[in-house]
Amino acid sequence: MTTVLTVPPSLDDTTFEHLLEQLAPLPADERILIDARHARWASPYGLTALLTLAQSRAEPPGLAVPEADDTASYWARLGFFRHAQELFELHGTVPKARSGGESDVLLEITSVSKSEDVHEVVGRIQQKAQSMLVRELNIDAKATMGFAMTLSEACQNIVEHAGRGGWVAVQAYRWTKRLGRRVVVIAVCDAGVGFRQSLESSPGRRLGDRWDDAQALEEAVIRGVSRFRDPGRGQGLAGVRRYVGRWEGKLSVRSGTARIAIVPKWDDDVPLAEKLPNFPGAQMQITIPEQLPAR
Amino acid sequence: MINLINVSSVLGHCGPFTNLVTRPTGAAVRSLIEQSLSAAHGAVTVIDFSEVEMIDFSCADEVIAKLLLRFGSEPAREAYFVFRAASEHLDAIETVLERHMLALVIQLDDGAVQLIGAVADAERRCWETVRRMGGGRATAIAIELGRDVQETTALLDGLARRRLLMHSGERYETVGGGA
Repeated sequence: MTTVLTVPPSLDDTTFEHLLEQLAPLPADERILIDARHARWASPYGLTALLTLAQSRAEPPGLAVPEADDTASYWARLGFFRHAQELFELHGTVPKARSGGESDVLLEITSVSKSEDVHEVVGRIQQKAQSMLVRELNIDAKATMGFAMTLSEACQNIVEHAGRGGWVAVQAYRWTKRLGRRVVVIAVCDAGVGFRQSLESSPGRRLGDRWDDAQALEEAVIRGVSRFRDPGRGQGLAGVRRYVGRWEGKLSVRSGTARIAIVPKWDDDVPLAEKLPNFPGAQMQITIPEQLPAR
Repeated sequence: MINLINVSSVLGHCGPFTNLVTRPTGAAVRSLIEQSLSAAHGAVTVIDFSEVEMIDFSCADEVIAKLLLRFGSEPAREAYFVFRAASEHLDAIETVLERHMLALVIQLDDGAVQLIGAVADAERRCWETVRRMGGGRATAIAIELGRDVQETTALLDGLARRRLLMHSGERYETVGGGA
């Protein structure tokens, strides 16, 4: 028997939870079909998380691709189907990705599993990010380097801790519903060991009574704790947090059954969500909003 | 004697990279730098970041912090560093310096040297005084600082132990003063 999971019309970090709620009661080897026929939009997080969902299953799930041409075409431009065809049994018409020419995508979905992949990602983002951050988000040209550093550190989290490969994507768009401004969004998702297991692997680590995914996220994201004893470790996420804070951005990291967020004034998300449906690995989203001109 | 290490060239030996990112790359770069330092006992080495487009926190930790930790205080590995063209990368560099309570000397575009990182106010004033004076004996530096000689000598020796000043005979000089 195959269980059908329905993709919401708009797939982002919030609505992806609806998919996970449908997935949670199912055993890992249950056949599933992800029905995205009526999806109209997806954020970089939505698409990279969808790939990790497939990665987490014992059997390749089915995926019914969006019926709307512009949606399917956008997913193709983001490079989704190139990775999805390795992980899903695709049903429906898959548009061909546009070849050559200048893409409107800042960084299409890229697999990350080793250090060289991070070099590749950083190299590809630098040129496009510079013009976009300055021109469209009113962010100081000097901040471009910080953006690439943030991307680099977020990707290294996969290489250093996940234990298996993941994906990164970067896109800029107008976020009408929440903010009414343009944003640039980095999504970095993997289906690896997650923060709790990573920290548990630290030699001699003592676990407290309430040790769980939420506390592991607090330790790593807020206090900069790493599984490595080297005192220089843990600076990557701290750097990401600083960059996000400087530009009134938002950082959210989901792992296991919890999600932690650095919430800016413009958002009403909770800083810590617990008892979420369990999902392996770590899923990170960084949102940098367009800066309003000084009055 | 002054040695010059061009980080961009070293990076080129580690792979087709233009950015100093990731820990493995940082460790590889540091290893090559250390090899070229083996014959530089007691000398000043200029680590030149010209042509390095970007350095992230992890790589800054591997290259800069670990280099300073290994060569910063062991008498057997006496080495002095000046970091050139590092101003573009201060965010990453200062972050790792603070994390490890380290400090270093950078050379600005106009050739002037500047102390950055974790240094107490009294140490910073002392270092600045030595720089302004172009070096000198503890007694002269103490007069300029307006402190007693014993206190000043303790500050100077502390800075010398951290390889931020060079101490030769009775004279103290800023590292990179003539770089």
